[in-house]
Amino acid sequence: MDKFRFQRSQLCIPYGLFLVCFVLAPLIVIIYYAFTDGEGQFTLGNLMGFFSSPNTIGTLAYSLGIAVATTCSCLVLAYPIAYILARSSMKHRSVVLMVFVMPMWINFTLRITALKEILTIIEGNLAYHPFMNTLIGMTYDFLPFMILPIYTTLLKLDGSLLEAAADLGADTVQIFLKVTLPLSVPGIISGIVMVFLPSMTNYVVLDMLYNSTYIMGSLIGAYFSAYDWHNGSMIALVLLVIILVFTLFTNRYADEDAGSSRGGVLGR
Amino acid sequence: MKKFFSRAFLVMMVVLLYLPILVLAVYSFTDSANIGAIYGFSLKNYETLFTKPDLQAMIAGTLILAIGSAFVSTVLGTLGAVGVFYSGRFGNVTVGSLNQVPVVNAEVVTAFSLCILLIGVCGVDKSSFISLLIGHVVLEAPFVYLSVVPRLKQMDNSLYEAALDLGASPAMALRRVVFPQIFPGVVSGFALAVTLSLDDYFITSYTKPATFDTISTYVVNATRGSQTEIKTALWALSTIIFVVVILMVMIMNMNGNKNDKNQRRAGADSEKNR
Repeated sequence: MDKFRFQRSQLCIPYGLFLVCFVLAPLIVIIYYAFTDGEGQFTLGNLMGFFSSPNTIGTLAYSLGIAVATTCSCLVLAYPIAYILARSSMKHRSVVLMVFVMPMWINFTLRITALKEILTIIEGNLAYHPFMNTLIGMTYDFLPFMILPIYTTLLKLDGSLLEAAADLGADTVQIFLKVTLPLSVPGIISGIVMVFLPSMTNYVVLDMLYNSTYIMGSLIGAYFSAYDWHNGSMIALVLLVIILVFTLFTNRYADEDAGSSRGGVLGR
Repeated sequence: MKKFFSRAFLVMMVVLLYLPILVLAVYSFTDSANIGAIYGFSLKNYETLFTKPDLQAMIAGTLILAIGSAFVSTVLGTLGAVGVFYSGRFGNVTVGSLNQVPVVNAEVVTAFSLCILLIGVCGVDKSSFISLLIGHVVLEAPFVYLSVVPRLKQMDNSLYEAALDLGASPAMALRRVVFPQIFPGVVSGFALAVTLSLDDYFITSYTKPATFDTISTYVVNATRGSQTEIKTALWALSTIIFVVVILMVMIMNMNGNKNDKNQRRAGADSEKNR
């Protein structure tokens, strides 16, 4: 019996090696480059450079601003959609959900192109409202990623809890604030994870909508094009630390089913 | 009244989501170079799309890359998931957490770090397509892994033991007993891998050969240039992709309904047999 177990577990060796070579090794390389200079000497200069330059700190602040604004607007739009869908007794509920998720499968550069054309008609010149355009673009791009996990969590919500709350004298608002909303927090957290980080780094949306301000992603892109791998690695490392803190914080609350729901609908 | 408002809200959101794509779809059938006055019906954009060599190469390249990398990712991810499922706690934790890295990581960071490793440290030549393929597999395989794992957990383990007892070799038991049970997860993993590859910009642009383009990199370059012919041809492309996605979703839905019915019927039968 032990012999069989041994053989079956060997199947994961290729994938394990692949992960070590192309997921773990790049992280080590990033850390190495972030703390060395052009001659391979250990240095804290890149780190100091990042936190002492008003440019990079400004970029960090601007990307956090974009990310917070995008996350909030996605949440404000996605929660009611998910709520209405999950609570409704619609016959074709799954079809309606599909309608909201489908844009996810159309290439995002093409969708942003389409959005750009519409915004150009409305505003005339995109250059006047760079922040707002970016916010609209990001929201348009990431909305499905927020709808899906919240919907999944709300769907699992036990209806008898709501009835119990109503029987015990809670009104509709109270039921929502004290039962539904707290129980949907895992879905909300998963949605935030799906939206927050991409909106800090997806600089293509800014580029395409003529917003020339840098976000963290654009910094990496700029250093990469300039072959400045040491400073680029520092930016990547800062992002990695943000991601790590974020993941550690959210792992406690996130809904396992709703998380990693990039293709949640496909799995069903 | 409440119902009316919630329906109205849903309808409004759908309209907002699809308005840009639909407007472009309408204009893709005209001569206009800008959204505005319509000068009459024309298939010019579709003609350009299917006759211009670099557009054709870009579409073919995107599709080949998506299917090829999805295939590699599916094999790797599935084998990984099966192996880890049968291995001890160490394998589970290591592979499981490494697998999570590309999932939560920002795509730019994945792309940048991989590129430094492959091109900077290992000296891989970008024009060999090796870095591009590896990049896409790094992006996709973790999602295949994640879609196979739940199927393994649901699986009835005694079937495998029974197959061995009845004289099947472990390899045969894996192929004929385990694999059919996880197959739906493998298929959805593959589909997910294809969509991830089609949608990717960052990994492609950091690891691709200079002469190669996918839809994403091509569109981003085209928006920097000012060739109206290409711009409007891309409207046609987005319309075609939109129609293909709708068709796919419809097919998937029909299949899903059929499966639901079959399952319900099977459930009813087993109830009866009891």
